[in-house]
Amino acid sequence: MAAYRSAAGFQRVLHAVKHVCFSKQRCGVIICRYSTVYDPTEKTFDKILIANRGEIACRVIKTCKKMGIKTVAVHSDVDSSAVHVKMADEAVCVGPAPTNKSYLNMDAIMNAIKQTGAQAVHPGYGFLSENKQFAKRLAAEGVSFIGPDTHAIQAMGDKIESKLIAKAAKVNTIPGFDGVVKDAEEAVKIAGEIGYPVMIKASAGGGGKGMRIAWNDEETREGFRFSSQEAASSFGDDRLLIEKFIDNPRHIEIQVLADKHGNALWLNERECSIQRRNQKVVEEAPSTFLDPDTRRAMGEQAVSLAKAVKYSSAGTVEFLVDSKKNFYFLEMNTRLQVEHPITECITGLDLVQQMIRIAMGYKLQHKQSDIPINGWAIESRVYAEDPYKSFGLPSIGRLSQYQEPLDLRNVRVDSGIEEGSDISIYYDPMISKLVTYGKTREEALKKMEEALDNYVIRGVTHNIPLLREIIVHPRFVSGDISTKFLPEVYPDGFKGHMLTAGERRELLATAAALYVAAQLRSQKFLGDLRVSVVPAESRQWELCVELDKGVHMLGVSRSGNNYTVEIDGEKVEVSGEWNLASALLPLTINGKHRTLQCLLRTAAGEITLQYLGTSFKLRVLSKLAASLSKHMPEKVPEDTSSILRSPMPGSVVAVSVKPGDNVAEGQEICVIEAMKMQNSMTAAKAAKVSSLTHIHKLIHNPPRYSVHHKSI
Amino acid sequence: MDYIYQVRLTTHISSAIGSLTHALLQNARCYSVSHLSVQERIEQKRKAALTGGGQLRIAAQHKRGKLTARERLELLLDPDSFVEYDMFVEHRCSDFGMEADHNKYPGDSVVTGQGRINGRLVYVFSQDFTVFGGSLSGAHAQKICKIMDQAMMVGAPVIGLNDSGGARIQEGVESLAGYADIFLRNVMASGVVPQISLIMGPCAGGAVYSPALTDFTFMVKDTSYLFITGPDVVKSVTNEDVTQEELGGAKTHTTVSGVAHRAFENDIDALLNLRNFFNFLPLSNKDPAPVTECHDPRDRLVPGLDTIVPFESTKAYDMLDIVHGIVDEREFFEIMPNYAKNIVVGFARMNGRTVGIVGNQPKVASGCLDINSSVKGARFVRFCDAFNIPIITFVDVPGFLPGTAQEYGGIIRHGAKLLYAFAEATVPKITVITRKAYGGAYDVMSSKHLRGDVNYAWPSAEVAVMGAKGAVQIIFRGKENQAEAEAEYVEKFANPFPAAVRGFVDDIIQPSTTRKRICRDLEVLASKKQTNPWKKHANIPL
Repeated sequence: MAAYRSAAGFQRVLHAVKHVCFSKQRCGVIICRYSTVYDPTEKTFDKILIANRGEIACRVIKTCKKMGIKTVAVHSDVDSSAVHVKMADEAVCVGPAPTNKSYLNMDAIMNAIKQTGAQAVHPGYGFLSENKQFAKRLAAEGVSFIGPDTHAIQAMGDKIESKLIAKAAKVNTIPGFDGVVKDAEEAVKIAGEIGYPVMIKASAGGGGKGMRIAWNDEETREGFRFSSQEAASSFGDDRLLIEKFIDNPRHIEIQVLADKHGNALWLNERECSIQRRNQKVVEEAPSTFLDPDTRRAMGEQAVSLAKAVKYSSAGTVEFLVDSKKNFYFLEMNTRLQVEHPITECITGLDLVQQMIRIAMGYKLQHKQSDIPINGWAIESRVYAEDPYKSFGLPSIGRLSQYQEPLDLRNVRVDSGIEEGSDISIYYDPMISKLVTYGKTREEALKKMEEALDNYVIRGVTHNIPLLREIIVHPRFVSGDISTKFLPEVYPDGFKGHMLTAGERRELLATAAALYVAAQLRSQKFLGDLRVSVVPAESRQWELCVELDKGVHMLGVSRSGNNYTVEIDGEKVEVSGEWNLASALLPLTINGKHRTLQCLLRTAAGEITLQYLGTSFKLRVLSKLAASLSKHMPEKVPEDTSSILRSPMPGSVVAVSVKPGDNVAEGQEICVIEAMKMQNSMTAAKAAKVSSLTHIHKLIHNPPRYSVHHKSI
Repeated sequence: MDYIYQVRLTTHISSAIGSLTHALLQNARCYSVSHLSVQERIEQKRKAALTGGGQLRIAAQHKRGKLTARERLELLLDPDSFVEYDMFVEHRCSDFGMEADHNKYPGDSVVTGQGRINGRLVYVFSQDFTVFGGSLSGAHAQKICKIMDQAMMVGAPVIGLNDSGGARIQEGVESLAGYADIFLRNVMASGVVPQISLIMGPCAGGAVYSPALTDFTFMVKDTSYLFITGPDVVKSVTNEDVTQEELGGAKTHTTVSGVAHRAFENDIDALLNLRNFFNFLPLSNKDPAPVTECHDPRDRLVPGLDTIVPFESTKAYDMLDIVHGIVDEREFFEIMPNYAKNIVVGFARMNGRTVGIVGNQPKVASGCLDINSSVKGARFVRFCDAFNIPIITFVDVPGFLPGTAQEYGGIIRHGAKLLYAFAEATVPKITVITRKAYGGAYDVMSSKHLRGDVNYAWPSAEVAVMGAKGAVQIIFRGKENQAEAEAEYVEKFANPFPAAVRGFVDDIIQPSTTRKRICRDLEVLASKKQTNPWKKHANIPL
């Protein structure tokens, strides 16, 4: 019955889809500075299946459409109305929501290929993109895999083997142990030999998953345990290796493109040093750090590695670069990278198109000398996560309002979601990749500020506050970055934008002007009125605005759409359209153009404004209401010291205590897994475990998982 | 305090002197002297009226986290718009020493008058807890009745700010008579002008019936109580231990009893929200639903709605997401948000015009109709109908909730209220079936058969007698191949076509276009005229 229902449901989607007209926003991708030079006489595939979801599936479909190739989307049941499904010509449901039952379900995907007659498969990134079994099965069925051949995937996918090959190909490598580590104790022993700090990572890994840094023996043991668990759950392979951890390095990678005829090119570098928990947040191309010689040396080593493994397709060779511009091979990603758009922006190539051509067996169209660096491109990864917790813990929810800043020039947004989409616990919490481009780095950064300010995301917590801070931080602007940028710049965690006195005045003035504009509008009644409306005539307002426990008395005067706000003797001029329905609030504040967003405006005077990326809670009251506020009772917040709240929704993968145990402060209670990251939940105070009845397998939003424990 | 004491003292003396002078010089007709003293007395009385029960009691009121009667009116009304009535009225009780001058307060224990909220006329009364605990004297009641009578004549709403210890015991039956006078006016005004009660302190005994008779009762958290008898009496009669808060606090009445429609954090929060709420209401039943300036485009598409209904028909979604997406600026003033949450009711605007929204909430109890949700919905629909507010109904209802609890509780007669309310309503009625519309509940939820003006179905709509599984078990009882039969039933009925081919829905619309369609329909239906047969009054199954 259930199966039938979902099938019937799917029919409904297809039916509905016919009536949906795809606007630019829907597709989510605006081509910025790369061209799909499509030669209609060049024979290509008739139909490609994209074994992925989200933005990368949309990205691939986009190029396929331009090349006149029919597309097949695969999807899990919860994704049946996802954007990539709507964009594709055909769609096949490959299973339920969990990835190992759908997007990693090779049998179902093989069936989908047979069912639709797709001639080739583009795997995107993640999922099956670097899975040699999958590539083998495709080869066995005579279906082209748009990526390198099995040999290269296997060789480069295994970190131990790849290091050996790299060494042989005269690529600089990091000192370390070239073998699989058996257990935690062996890990400690090897770590002692190499010298701390060391990096423990999954042999099959990638994307920062199953990766831990250890500075001492204890951390090595713990890291070994976590990494092997994560590796097992993410890649189904818990083999680990250990190498010297290069402290404070930059992460710079070279994009390569190789065909099946032994030709290979390097498409310059991408600077990906801004990371949190080994996952990239902001990337740019080119890097401010590389000089032409280093760039060429890295490019040539990358190409020589590609040739050594007979690589074909697009690939990325990642390097760690220390402060003296020594670079060490880290790994090779045998797939299209998340951050490929910035390379497309500066080189003008369509990497997906190139991958498809290479898979068809064509020779590369370009020579190394044809590869330019045109301008500068920055990519911000917009995530559904709370940047105030460890620089980003996943959040989930429904995008109640969603508007990409696509009306700005030189902005590209790669996304696979739209207004109404659900960000669920099952998949990566990335909302989109926001790419801006400019002739210079400065221009690209300015554009990024504007794009972030004009990006409307409601319904889920997002990391725009962090992104907006990073791109204006003096260290980032000057190019002084490393992979430790975030912990160094925000040693006590990210706290949002710190307002200067002038910015504070701007914010207060905007809130006051918005309040008055709303008040004035609420007196405007239309139509014939039996009893006339007598609005309070006023051109002057005395208001009290609260911000971060600071209270300010403001004088506001208005002429048309222009407001003059007086704060502590200083005047701030605010003018704008004051469209109270719009998510964006484009204003001119003291002659400067600023786009703010009003996130909340209540009858009781609460106003939440997103200003310079960060949201600020304000309260605007009339002078009278403010003076009476002192009589209002203080509400005592709920005591939550004995409640352990999951910082995000996810599933409980391990419970480390049992009823009757005495737990010390800081002791692990359980492990929550969300978006493939494991998080240890620790006790906030010493207590005795009375029962564990409240643990549910899945935790949904709002996080309501709680372990009650009594104090000893 | 000293100052007030002096004022009272001077009032005292001057009034004594005044009356003496008056008596002595009555025949002498010494106009100049008496004129001066009257002027003085006016000033003094006004001054006294403005300070109510005196500074000490005002301080005590503030200490409780409550504002005074006048401070509340100042916050509620536009600046300088309040016109006070009966500032000089005093109580007339002469028993128990009440006749003593120090027991007389100009204006007594209530402040009354009219004023403006965002420029629109409103009549108000605000009970003054600092004067005899806000207790209701004959004079107090008379003042309230006066403004209610005028509100009825003029056609403007009445807002009562309640903060009263109850009847003025010293006055005995006169106080009771006063209550009854108010009750009668509440009933007479019902359906003529909107009446709103905001409970800002105690409201106990017979007094509770005035708020109960008004259209909306709001409460202030932690500082307001509504109950027939207080915890002491409860203890002595039933031996039940209960606190004031548990018995009749804001939480109790907004979640358990359904007596109050909403609760606010404190006095300021409540009054500012009340100003906002007032903008949704027409002044009287002679006025159309108000239209305010709107910045939200009427033809705005809502792309998120195309994917909001899950494909698994057993899966929940939040009806509020639909409501917020469709209405102007996502602004929805929900009525009873924490009571009978399986139905959502409240006010919003479409292209600036106030509308009443009714929606089944699939997130709670699958959105079924039960006793509480039926009564909640019915009262809201009747308010909208009485005050010319168009009703937009979003339907996703699996039916009425079965079981002994519901049957014993009288779901039949309570469910009938909602049916009755939708059927008798003559305001524009627009219905959108988002998913399930099963059984009798389909009929009830503003169906075409109950004079729905425009009834839409989304492609996900399923209009049927019941879900496939139940239907097949009945149709094919004991037969094999139930799964096949179920599939056939789904094919036939789990879609909008059976209703559409019969004209029971006017169109099947793309969800993203819902706002646009409704705005357009409301324009057309603005001139709708429909009357029910003459009757003294109808007989809703109470």
